[in-house]
Amino acid sequence: MIPEVGQFSLILALCLSMILATLPIIGAYQNNFLWMSMARPLSAGVFVFLGISIAILAYAFVTDDFSVSFVAQHSNSLLPDRYKLTAVWGGHEGSFLLWTFMLAGWMLAVAIFSSSMPLEFVARVLGVLGFLITGYILFMLATSNPFDRIVPLPPVDGADLNSALQDFGFIIHPPTLYMGYVGFSVVFAFAMAALLSGKMDAAWARWCRPWANVAWAILTLGIALGSWWAYYELGWGGWWAWDPVENPPLITWLFGTALIHSLAATEKRGVFKAWTIMLAILAFAGSLLGTFITRSGLLTSVHAFASDPSRGFFILAILGITVGGALLLFAFRAPLMKSEFGFDLVSREILLLSNNVILVVAAASVFLGTLFPMVYQAITDDLISIGPPYFNAIFIPLMALLALLLSIGPFTRWKRTSTTYLLQQLGKVALAALALGVVLPLLVTRQISLPATLAVAIGSWIMLAMLQDFANKTANKATRLKGLRALPFSYYGMQMAHMGMAVMLIGVALTSSFSSERSVLLSPGQDVGLGDYVFQFEGTASVNGPNYVGEEASFTVLKSGEKITTLHPERRIYLATNTPSTEMAIDAGFFRDLFITLGEEKEGDSWSMTIYVKPFVRWIWLGAIFMTFGGILAAADKRYRRLRRKQTESNRSKGKSNSIGGELQPSS
Amino acid sequence: MKPHRRKKLGIILFIAAGLSVAVGFTAYALKQNINMFYTPTQVAEGEVGSGQHFRIGGMVKTGTVLGAEDSLKVSFVTTDFVSDVPIQYEGILPDLFREGQGIVAEGEMDAAGVFQASRVLAKHDENFMSPEVKAALDAAGATTENHMPGTN
Repeated sequence: MIPEVGQFSLILALCLSMILATLPIIGAYQNNFLWMSMARPLSAGVFVFLGISIAILAYAFVTDDFSVSFVAQHSNSLLPDRYKLTAVWGGHEGSFLLWTFMLAGWMLAVAIFSSSMPLEFVARVLGVLGFLITGYILFMLATSNPFDRIVPLPPVDGADLNSALQDFGFIIHPPTLYMGYVGFSVVFAFAMAALLSGKMDAAWARWCRPWANVAWAILTLGIALGSWWAYYELGWGGWWAWDPVENPPLITWLFGTALIHSLAATEKRGVFKAWTIMLAILAFAGSLLGTFITRSGLLTSVHAFASDPSRGFFILAILGITVGGALLLFAFRAPLMKSEFGFDLVSREILLLSNNVILVVAAASVFLGTLFPMVYQAITDDLISIGPPYFNAIFIPLMALLALLLSIGPFTRWKRTSTTYLLQQLGKVALAALALGVVLPLLVTRQISLPATLAVAIGSWIMLAMLQDFANKTANKATRLKGLRALPFSYYGMQMAHMGMAVMLIGVALTSSFSSERSVLLSPGQDVGLGDYVFQFEGTASVNGPNYVGEEASFTVLKSGEKITTLHPERRIYLATNTPSTEMAIDAGFFRDLFITLGEEKEGDSWSMTIYVKPFVRWIWLGAIFMTFGGILAAADKRYRRLRRKQTESNRSKGKSNSIGGELQPSS
Repeated sequence: MKPHRRKKLGIILFIAAGLSVAVGFTAYALKQNINMFYTPTQVAEGEVGSGQHFRIGGMVKTGTVLGAEDSLKVSFVTTDFVSDVPIQYEGILPDLFREGQGIVAEGEMDAAGVFQASRVLAKHDENFMSPEVKAALDAAGATTENHMPGTN
């Protein structure tokens, strides 16, 4: 009975979102105040009913209700409670419900934190989001209902959650990634609202920016979490595989990164208006593409959900209607958006433009490499795959170029910057960065290596330029500290995100060039050396978990004869499905990770295993964390709030003459 | 032409030039890195050129997996139930590698007609067969149901 309530609640959410998708938008055209002001309560209603729905699905998991087909497929009575709860997003149906619920969450946030925007605009934004949610719920009810029952004979026990998913990473990675992904739907809705109204000005860009920044920050974190999880769970020693399912979030991220930069130019200078709107549409299309690729069953991947073609068609239809409709609207409206055009070849506008061109080219080439095999197969019937070398060949030079330009950006001024000023500011920085690039790796490794030199040089180029910029910006204040306090959050946010880029680049370059690995067969008591380390195999012991049995190996790791740590990799068999699973053991460090994956037992107690030493691998995720904080800091800038307060005050004074308006304004 | 128009045109040309260079490089990189996929039957019929790096997919033939006891070398036979291709690999096989399951291997054929794999992939979800393997079996005319063993 209870799962039916969940489904009923889903249908109620559908009804409300259908009203939300129509009335407020029509109201905005006809200037019907009552209809427009229904947008906020309707959004809250959609959120509440979707919330009830997902809570009931979670309840079905926790209470082992295996009569619900989705629960029976993705849970088991032996599954630990934390995984029962999170198995809600362990399969296609539930994860799509989570996706939709998160979009409703963003929508509610817009409804609450939009008091500075005109009601007409809010009504359009929420209406567009309501339209998306309508499509998503219809998709769920038509092709992938999480509340479907198994009648008349439900199984006694469930099939269990995929053993690779029974991990902490699974608890946090999918929700974070979805949260970032759907955040770009909000930015898309902002763009649509601007196109619908035909008004696209600096105020629009200012409303949009904090949302774009937060969505971008969360998406960055979500992708990094996925990379970190794959690194320690899948046991192949890598952190990025150019897997067709990893690529769409990256494409979205690249478009999103371009977008937050182009928004800056649109807000401050009124340039690139149509382009900014286009990027918002592209970022959103990237997020839907990801949905399509994972859920259509087109690809083989660790992420792909087992699925049927009708889902693929439905998502393709959603993609076609929303993105196609958006592009059509864009085609009609874009010529109306007059951008001012007045800047020189050396100016902040040009640097932001270069940033955009590089990022969009990168996104397009990743897109091409991801979709090419599918298109090729559709045309020729031959199966092909595009290997990582393709992506690396394109991506690495583009990112290096981006990193070089990144340091110059903050020094440039709008409209015009003199080249001599830039040279005077950055000449020394460039020399110092080059010197560091040559000297630092020599000191540490005592050998010359091009990748290390490039990585350190580019990394220090970004960091030193940042210090120089801080020095310039605080030079005219009484004390440096006062100067630092006077700098706005958005500036700190930008510098922090740029520093994250530097840290990540160093991590990527050094890990890629200096990682070493070795696959060996060892008997207890034997040891093997790798780099500066000696791994000594002590033996194995059996372990029993709640829903698995396994063997745990013990290793002592020595460096120059001294013990530095012990590692315990495991090999498990999950009982419900009889699937084997390897659990690596990692000794994480700021400068290097050591890790071991256990293979299988061979004759005479010997085990096959792979041992890895990965220098600077943590820096990749550390960089992403900096970027995340940077994005959030920038969104928290005072000026967005100051504006809101001012606007609310003026709204209040207006509200006195219009009692309905006064009552319906949410307090902030 | 007005000066600001000329500037605008300059910028547009600059972007267009950059884009075409990017497209050229991309197309080149793409061409260099395409891995074709072949079925065991196609390999047996000699469709693959020597020294070509490619992917092969099929089922692991039951009773053919032989692991060396003193090294990480392992050999097995992959089949689409029409033709068989022997595969050698050195390293640790994926968790879900099992006899009777579908796999995809990447590598090249050696002179002795053995596929030397540099990478072996197995699907994480065992209720689901990779599209490549399914295509290989369909092409060979084998119905997958008849040959799929139980999920254990």
